[in-house]
Amino acid sequence: MINFIIRRTLSMLVTFIVVSIAIFLMMHSIPGGPFDGFEMPLPDNIKARLMAQLGLDQPLWVQYFRYMWGALRFDFGVPFQSPGETVIGLIAHAWLPSLVLGGLGILVGAPLGILLGMAAALNRNSWIDYIASAVATLGLTIPVFVISTLLILVFAVWLHWLPASGWGEPQRWVLPVLAYAAVPLATYARYARSAMLDTLNKPFVTVLRAKGLSERKVIFQHVLRNSAIPMVTIFLPMFVGIATGSIFVEKMFRVPGLGAYFVSSIEKRDYPLEMALMLLITMLFCISYLVSDILYALLNPRIRIDGGQR
Amino acid sequence: MTEIATTIAPLAKPDRPRQRSPLYFAWRRFSDNKAAVGAGIVLIILILMAVFAPLITGTGGNEQAFLTQALAFPSAEHWFGIDDLGRDFFGRIVYGARVSLGIGFSAALFSLVVGLPLGALAGYLGGRFDWVIMRIVELFSVVPPLLAALLLASVTRGGLWAIILIAALFGWVNVCLLVRAQVKSFREKEFIIAAQALGASPWHIIWRHLIPNSVSPIIVGFVLAIPLAMMLEASLSFLGIGVQPPTPSWGQMINVGMNFMFFYWHMAVFPTAALAITILSASLLGDGLRDAFDPTLKGR
Repeated sequence: MINFIIRRTLSMLVTFIVVSIAIFLMMHSIPGGPFDGFEMPLPDNIKARLMAQLGLDQPLWVQYFRYMWGALRFDFGVPFQSPGETVIGLIAHAWLPSLVLGGLGILVGAPLGILLGMAAALNRNSWIDYIASAVATLGLTIPVFVISTLLILVFAVWLHWLPASGWGEPQRWVLPVLAYAAVPLATYARYARSAMLDTLNKPFVTVLRAKGLSERKVIFQHVLRNSAIPMVTIFLPMFVGIATGSIFVEKMFRVPGLGAYFVSSIEKRDYPLEMALMLLITMLFCISYLVSDILYALLNPRIRIDGGQR
Repeated sequence: MTEIATTIAPLAKPDRPRQRSPLYFAWRRFSDNKAAVGAGIVLIILILMAVFAPLITGTGGNEQAFLTQALAFPSAEHWFGIDDLGRDFFGRIVYGARVSLGIGFSAALFSLVVGLPLGALAGYLGGRFDWVIMRIVELFSVVPPLLAALLLASVTRGGLWAIILIAALFGWVNVCLLVRAQVKSFREKEFIIAAQALGASPWHIIWRHLIPNSVSPIIVGFVLAIPLAMMLEASLSFLGIGVQPPTPSWGQMINVGMNFMFFYWHMAVFPTAALAITILSASLLGDGLRDAFDPTLKGR
């Protein structure tokens, strides 16, 4: 098991470093620099001095190592678009609305999805099963901004029940949270259904029933537990997905979160902020996959063979 | 006795045992799936609309022919109204189907061109080659496609071909994994071992035996790559880094429509509905095909 964890960690570390180099190169190969977008172009000598001050005149590999060395000590530099604060500070205050929005979205969506999926698996080919499949397909295929548009049109424009955008009072949270909840709901409805069906068809369930265990005990003590594995393993990646999922929801509902910075930092060639955001997301994804892998191995002893140890 | 014998009709000649191909059974399962068949029909209608766009719209997608009636609501004359720049919105939506479907299909094709050989080789050769391919696949799994696509789209300044290539860059992974799994499960079968024993080259085995046996994951991978690419294009265009105006793209229209939504609802409703219907029907078709080819996966 230890062996398995070490091997996975090392492989993730290599992946992370390769991805960070690729992102750094891509970022710097976008034509234009941070001081080219102004209405009044800067004179060349001033631009050169600014670039030198920010270390942007160095070769790319020097810049990369400088940045990564800083990043190791949690120094991600100063964002070009708001030089009065650090990248860390900006991310810290901008992430709060994103975190609240995403957290609430998952909190609303995931349990509902699990319930829906369970109900669908227990009543196979009934109307509830069809509804669950429809919800799962719609939620997973229709882009978030389409769902958001429809929510705003129906609840804000036509019915006037809720405010269309903004952040602050709780009633403004309802629509963005609903829009965000669609994906976790659909994902969990699908996963819970297939996991439950898988387990229900296992011979041990038949044995339990044959031995006269009540249906409730069979479902809640045995089937649910054994179907939990896939549900646990998708949770972390989904949670990290908050970061990218929020780009659209935040843009649609004008929530002052982190989402807007993903686009604006690229548009403004704000290298320190952009790199910090990308590193953050990639690292969170790496960690979440790693933890999911380990959790999966812990919960399901059968796949530990992969670790070379038994 | 003889009388009876003559009245009895001769036994019906037994049918020659007919061999049904797996494709026949897949087709039967597919045609039982009403949602998938419906989705397929809708998709065909959409494709026909995209191909024959000039015949069903009065004006081209970009002609500002109705500037004096800009933002007019839907009417008998202009089914979907007029947009903010005086263009017939129905025409724009129909031309948008060309962009969306064109990107979807081309990206899926490119995904196939890259993913199929890599998947087949990784599955058949195994060992070091497989290891390298799987590490590359892992790289793609830790980068959120949307963020990387944002960067890449900025590097290339949007444009149709750039978006197709970006979508393919993230689409080949699925095709590769599907084909690899299928090839891997066939590699140990007797007929492959027999072919190897007869001295067939790896190239011959992959081309003549393994790829024909992977038709179903190939079709499924292809069809499922289409909605993913369309979604990526719409998302990028929605954020303003995808297909550049005036080329009509639904994602871009939704982005513009958002600002008019509170009064000129048609600006948001029609592109939203068009995008939702197209992506939904493409994914339902893909899901239906997957269930038809591999009934054990049904409902996943």
